[in-house]
Amino acid sequence: MKKLMLGNEAIARGAYEAGVTVASAYPGTPSTEITEKIATYDEIYSEWAPNEKVALEVALGASFAGARSVCAMKHVGLNVAADPLFTASYTGVNGGLVICVADDPGMHSSQNEQDSRHYARAAKVPMLEPSDSQECKDYIKKALELSEQFDTPFILRLSTRISHSQSLVTLEERQEVLLKDYQKDPGKYVMMPAMARKRRVAIEERMKRLNAFAEDTELNQVIWGSKEIGVITSGISYQYAKEAFGDVSYLKLGMVYPLPEKLVTEFAAQVKKLYIIEELEPFIEGFLKERGIPCIGKEKLPVLGEYSASLLKESVLGINPGGKTDINLDVPARPPVLCPGCPHRGVFYVLKKNKLRVSGDIGCYTLGTLAPLEAMDSCVCMGASIGIAHGMEKALGREAGAKTVAVIGDSTFVHSGITGLIDIVYNKGTSTVIILDNSITGMTGHQDNPATGLTIKGEPTRQLDLIKLCQAIGIDRVKVCDPFDLEGFEKVLKEEIAAEEPSVIIAQRPCALLKQVKYQGKVTVNDEKCKYCKVCMRLGCPAIVDTGSGIRINDALCVGCDLCVKVCKFGALEKVGGINA
Amino acid sequence: MRNISIMIVGVGGQGTLLTSRVVGAAAVKAGYDVKMSEVHGMAQRGGSVITYVRIGKSVNSPIIEKGEADILLCFEKLEALRWVDYVKKTGTIIINDQQIDPMPVIIGKAKYPDDILEKIRGKFSGVRVIDALEVARRLGNIKVLNIVMVGLMAKSTEIEKEIWHEAIRETVKAKFVDLNLKAFDEGYQLAGGTV
Repeated sequence: MKKLMLGNEAIARGAYEAGVTVASAYPGTPSTEITEKIATYDEIYSEWAPNEKVALEVALGASFAGARSVCAMKHVGLNVAADPLFTASYTGVNGGLVICVADDPGMHSSQNEQDSRHYARAAKVPMLEPSDSQECKDYIKKALELSEQFDTPFILRLSTRISHSQSLVTLEERQEVLLKDYQKDPGKYVMMPAMARKRRVAIEERMKRLNAFAEDTELNQVIWGSKEIGVITSGISYQYAKEAFGDVSYLKLGMVYPLPEKLVTEFAAQVKKLYIIEELEPFIEGFLKERGIPCIGKEKLPVLGEYSASLLKESVLGINPGGKTDINLDVPARPPVLCPGCPHRGVFYVLKKNKLRVSGDIGCYTLGTLAPLEAMDSCVCMGASIGIAHGMEKALGREAGAKTVAVIGDSTFVHSGITGLIDIVYNKGTSTVIILDNSITGMTGHQDNPATGLTIKGEPTRQLDLIKLCQAIGIDRVKVCDPFDLEGFEKVLKEEIAAEEPSVIIAQRPCALLKQVKYQGKVTVNDEKCKYCKVCMRLGCPAIVDTGSGIRINDALCVGCDLCVKVCKFGALEKVGGINA
Repeated sequence: MRNISIMIVGVGGQGTLLTSRVVGAAAVKAGYDVKMSEVHGMAQRGGSVITYVRIGKSVNSPIIEKGEADILLCFEKLEALRWVDYVKKTGTIIINDQQIDPMPVIIGKAKYPDDILEKIRGKFSGVRVIDALEVARRLGNIKVLNIVMVGLMAKSTEIEKEIWHEAIRETVKAKFVDLNLKAFDEGYQLAGGTV
């Protein structure tokens, strides 16, 4: 049976068919659906971990215990999980272990652009890279087998256009795999110096075997066509190359680390001109050039962003793609915005009003940076808001530091904000941290987390108590506020930034897109009362429109959250059809 | 079997992703090879959302580039203008006559162009404009405007109506199937099809 599947969905299917029994992950675009889909298979235990480091450790533990296991993350998640990754290379596995990592060339939904292939080389962990959904399924199955054969974790490298593209996949039955026997083996699993030194040698032995394997594996395919041009490529770049160059010769690498020296040398010798087509860093190209094999790569092609067939045609073949119309494309941008009814809007409105410096974090609320809210000063990585606020205070002194607050989502706080808060308390900081508790992991599309009290399967579990957690860390001033109670929130905010001790404000209101959130009615403008002062426009709500002569509410977008009703001093914004509690 | 490239563009929340899945499912049922590409995450928060569906005998790249689209299905006027460059000279452009102001316009930093349809009609002959929001409103749920548009587009493909119906049944949530089938038929009729 053939089915149209996202790359991510096909990976989940592959994990299922290969007899995986444990999966752990932290959501991150473009990797999230791997684990969401795995959770639909009851044969696999699946979970959302608090962060990627824990997810990899859980998957590694399952592997030690003898199970086939997977974990999934986005490229920056692998930075978080890098610590266990580097030593998992030493311990190796028992049951097969595959780490799925999705890069985001072009930064569709990420704070940076990284090439995860560098991790494979740095950690000496082999890496496969599929080029469509069918290969996503085939490669994860193969990677699980090879992981057991070579006693190493495997990385499956994806990119946005693989993870979030759909193509046809042939489904097969699940093959149950018995747990492997577990034997206590400190020499393999306890990485202290004496043991690690021996495993270090084992890694080099393994690399030799992997190098030999890479030369012969069917994962690396030579497809002969015209020998005028040869192309070495992998992943989505293969599809672009195929479309751009047509019937030339290809060496399509399914295994991108380690690379097959003999195979590339022989391929290079048979073609007249050799191009290396790879998004991001010159990883394959560097390998060839170190070996003195002439090839053309980044001198013609960008290291930035995504490729496409026409980019290849233009950059490599000098063919200008025709068909462009000369229509005047002076089109206003449409940046993403906080949704109508978004609870974060109340927080940012008040922060801006109070002219505070805001150390931000990763999530929907990063959109608070954009006009008209413009209420965020920095955003670096998951959890960074708290450490950065503390660092600013230490640099500027207490008084100026008090004009800085950290803003972090509930899921991000659990991911890696807790240790930052401990640092503030331990080192006598006085920063105010605002936890935006919208009761869900929002940006990645509504995943549960420890603070929601539900598992990945939607089963009730012990809910992480953020108040008690902050208190246990040593925060005496923990306040809970509704960010739509603008006056109440502002009052608490002023008290907390004035306090000469650290404090946490938990701004609690659920994401407007959650099913249980049922705002009623819509807002309309009473033109007789409206003074056209435009204060409501400062909220940056997409449902409020300035027509140039007055304010209008777009009723196709308004959810009736009433926040604008609260900021209008003239009572000109009125609710019709339903009252909110 | 002719290769067809379909681009579906709209504003986050208008059901662009679901639409591409209905189109993809129909194409598979009709025996085509299919590749589709979507973008999730930050772009979905009220931003410009674009999905690509490429169907044919054998498809490599999942993305559509400038001057390549046979059909551009637009759920919003400004998005039509933004992506119209991707359409072939002979392509079909189907536009929902709805205006959703982007934030730069809302806050007065940019102007919403007032001659979008004229601009597009000046360059392309295959332009069809429809108030799908109004049709959807009449059907009782503005969310189905996307499927009204699919119905309108379906008439200009080689895929049979029954196959589209099956694809809708398979793709949308069970309790919305009837509503969506009705929405599809409305669009299909508007394009001159009989239901």
